[in-house]
Amino acid sequence: MAEFKLKPEELGRINYQPPRKGWMDPHVDIRKGTYCYGAVPETLRYLDLPFPKKWQPNDADWQLPPNWKEIIFEGMRQRLNKFRSFKIFMDVCVRCGACADKCHYFIGSGDPKNMPVLRAELLRSVYRRDFTLAGKLMGKMIGARELNEEVLREWFYYFYQCTECRRCSVFCPYGIDTAEITMMGRELLNLLGLSIEWICTPLSNCFRTGNHLGIQPHGFKDSIEFAVDELAELTGIQVNVPINEKGHDILFVTPSADYFGSPHYFTLLGYFSLFHEIGLNYTMSSYASDGGNFGLFHSHEMMKRLNSKIYLEAERLGVKWILGGECGHMWRVLHQYMDTMNGPADFLQVPKSPMTGTVFENAASTKMVHITEFTADLIKHNKLKLDPSRNNHWRATFHDSCNPARAMGLIEEPRYVIRNVMNHFYEMPENTIKEQTFCCGSGSGLGTDENMEMRLRGGLPRANAVKHMKETKDVNLLLCICAIDKATLPPLLEYWVPGVEVAGVHELVGNALVMKGEKVRDTDLRGQPLQGKE
Amino acid sequence: MISLWFSIIVVVILILIPTIGSSSAALQSLFGIVIPYAAIITFLAGFVYRVLNWAKSPVPFRITTTCGQQKSLPWIKNSKLEAPHNAWGVVRRMALEIFFFRSLFRNTKVELRDGPRLVYGSSKWLWAAGLAFHYSFLVIFIRHFKYFVEPIPGWVSLVQSLDAFFQIGLPVIFLTDAVILASVGYLFFRRLCDDKIRYISHAADYFPLLLILSIATTGILMRYFFKVDIVNVKQLGTGLLSFNPHLPQGIGPLFYVHLFLVCTLIAYFPFSKLMHLGGVFLSPTRNLANNNRMKRHQNVWNFPVKMHTYDEYEEEFHKVMKAADIPLDKE
Ligand code: SF4
Ligand code: SF4
Repeated sequence: MAEFKLKPEELGRINYQPPRKGWMDPHVDIRKGTYCYGAVPETLRYLDLPFPKKWQPNDADWQLPPNWKEIIFEGMRQRLNKFRSFKIFMDVCVRCGACADKCHYFIGSGDPKNMPVLRAELLRSVYRRDFTLAGKLMGKMIGARELNEEVLREWFYYFYQCTECRRCSVFCPYGIDTAEITMMGRELLNLLGLSIEWICTPLSNCFRTGNHLGIQPHGFKDSIEFAVDELAELTGIQVNVPINEKGHDILFVTPSADYFGSPHYFTLLGYFSLFHEIGLNYTMSSYASDGGNFGLFHSHEMMKRLNSKIYLEAERLGVKWILGGECGHMWRVLHQYMDTMNGPADFLQVPKSPMTGTVFENAASTKMVHITEFTADLIKHNKLKLDPSRNNHWRATFHDSCNPARAMGLIEEPRYVIRNVMNHFYEMPENTIKEQTFCCGSGSGLGTDENMEMRLRGGLPRANAVKHMKETKDVNLLLCICAIDKATLPPLLEYWVPGVEVAGVHELVGNALVMKGEKVRDTDLRGQPLQGKE
Repeated sequence: MISLWFSIIVVVILILIPTIGSSSAALQSLFGIVIPYAAIITFLAGFVYRVLNWAKSPVPFRITTTCGQQKSLPWIKNSKLEAPHNAWGVVRRMALEIFFFRSLFRNTKVELRDGPRLVYGSSKWLWAAGLAFHYSFLVIFIRHFKYFVEPIPGWVSLVQSLDAFFQIGLPVIFLTDAVILASVGYLFFRRLCDDKIRYISHAADYFPLLLILSIATTGILMRYFFKVDIVNVKQLGTGLLSFNPHLPQGIGPLFYVHLFLVCTLIAYFPFSKLMHLGGVFLSPTRNLANNNRMKRHQNVWNFPVKMHTYDEYEEEFHKVMKAADIPLDKE
């Protein structure tokens, strides 16, 4: 988080008073610090996406093709016919405003176009004019506007100021999901080659190498081996992590940040400790070396293209079922899209825990189990020897990641695990957790450095609740089950609540797990001394 | 603000048209018979068209918004209403949504204090007013059956007598008359006075509120102040419903204003946001079960995409994989 100048007190002075002039005349100021860089042409070319060009969002000339409006209208028509969600959400909003102050970007910026309802209206206004009779007849009076370049700029700016977190959708009386509208908006922009680097570069990486970081198979193996060595040093136990091996029961897929990012890395050590201790018969794959899927932030088509490798690899390796690591958006794709897009996974079996015999009926069709479901089941059946006091140096609270909370309902599983592996756990206020959880402010591909002001603004509600916990409960750790969180919460907290660290749930599992034959543990997986062993 | 004035002017014009028009006996059949039929036909055709049009678009993915605990391990309590995993759960979730406005009930209001410190307060007025408005509208709608059928069905009379429960005033005041004025009034002033809501409002948001307010007001005026000959009104109503329309004499202009505004509302309905009445049933974030991993959801337009297969991958990275001792399919 390099050169961010504004102090928290200044950034926290937010004006919620909308301007006097209405929003119907398009106007947008694409301001430094609040947008992400444009996609580089090579990545679009590699993925066969239309209109690659050298381009930045604040350029005066967006190099649009002459028939760009037709392209957009045709794109809208197709999507209206393919997605009932889109059509309904275009038609039924009553502008009650219930969603208005539910969006973290509105709360953090005060920009009225960041109210979910208005974000949607940016697109809806064009829909009304060109796709409804009333809009054709009544025009501006009922909120219909003509599509022009400035409108297109508004779309770009505000559809990349939505993290597709779906908090608004929880509060809307008709369940209008602005994330869905943002997804459509981004797909339309893609048709003109308007996307962002932080999405398209990972996409082309992942398409080629199997992971968003572009790590090639040998690099993947290196980093896994490095983690294995490190774990041996910390615990005295040599674990074995098979890669691309056939004949195992389970394929383990996790976001690539887990083996390259920090603090993700400690979570990875946690998984490996756990799998070793229970003797799990599994393999990882370099081809499916990322469960994360930035396709979700780009288009349904890219999502499907990237996601396909998971089932393909499970079939090739001949496993029985798939286990998935800690990640938010990855799990939205796995839970809500994978089976529909790339299933049916007939070649797999209904997941069954080899240790407890539990059959995961809830994954009977998809055949993929979330790691916290798996671990919670192990703990419930007393299969793990845990020493929660090894986490006594942490006083933690838990951040529900948007997608597990609002697209899966995965709420109690991580909490059950946490309560069993540590002694000091405290919940944040109820308006900020579970289905009402606040986004980290950097989801859906917006976690870039150049977008830092917007990220800090969007993360304010989350950070603020953490601050409250720090002040009242002396919390020093924010737990989460999401790779994007682990990457973006640390700079967020450093800015708004210095002194609170971020960790994955399985890092604490790894700390607490008493392993057979381990050496005397006087540090945690981070190498920090345990309480009483300083 | 132009949109507000525009709506007011339109409503005033809508009031003036029948006020002036209905004084001519010739035009009375237009206002009393032709327009009501036309409005009903527009409503039915428009409503059906809109719903069919929505239904025509498939639901490619199951994008439920979960607002509670999923069904996973048997010992973790599943929130059957907020994250239903089967059809029965969905029906109950939808019922809560439709009859009690469940989601609106969650509403909170955020406040920024110094620090910065964010505080979330409960904010139920919108929910209360919305619910009060919709239910009083429903009761008034039911009460009006008495103008269309003879004998009046028992349950209609029951609703009416419940509505007149307090037995105050002469004629007895209906609760819903007061409630609808208060709730629609609240919704209207909220739209005007809350800067954020005013900012997002179009004429299409003010207009229906003003229209309903005018309908309620003319109705109330007729009941309590300027009496209208009920027998005649009923003759007209039963005639219309039995497709044997007949226009009694001596119904005052106030009645025609009321009727004309109602017709406007009915005809306007399918082309406006009022269609949320139909849309709420079809919203995919609410009407689908959160059983994604249990049961496969079919996408009717699922299509093949360009994939990067393992074979292509191994071919590209064959050398480095071999060097790193990673198992290969083709040696
Ligand atoms: S809560 Fe729903 S209906 Fe109300 S303004 Fe927001 S999107 Fe529209
Ligand atoms: S999905 Fe999240 S980021 Fe997007 S508008 Fe809704 S609340 Fe805001």
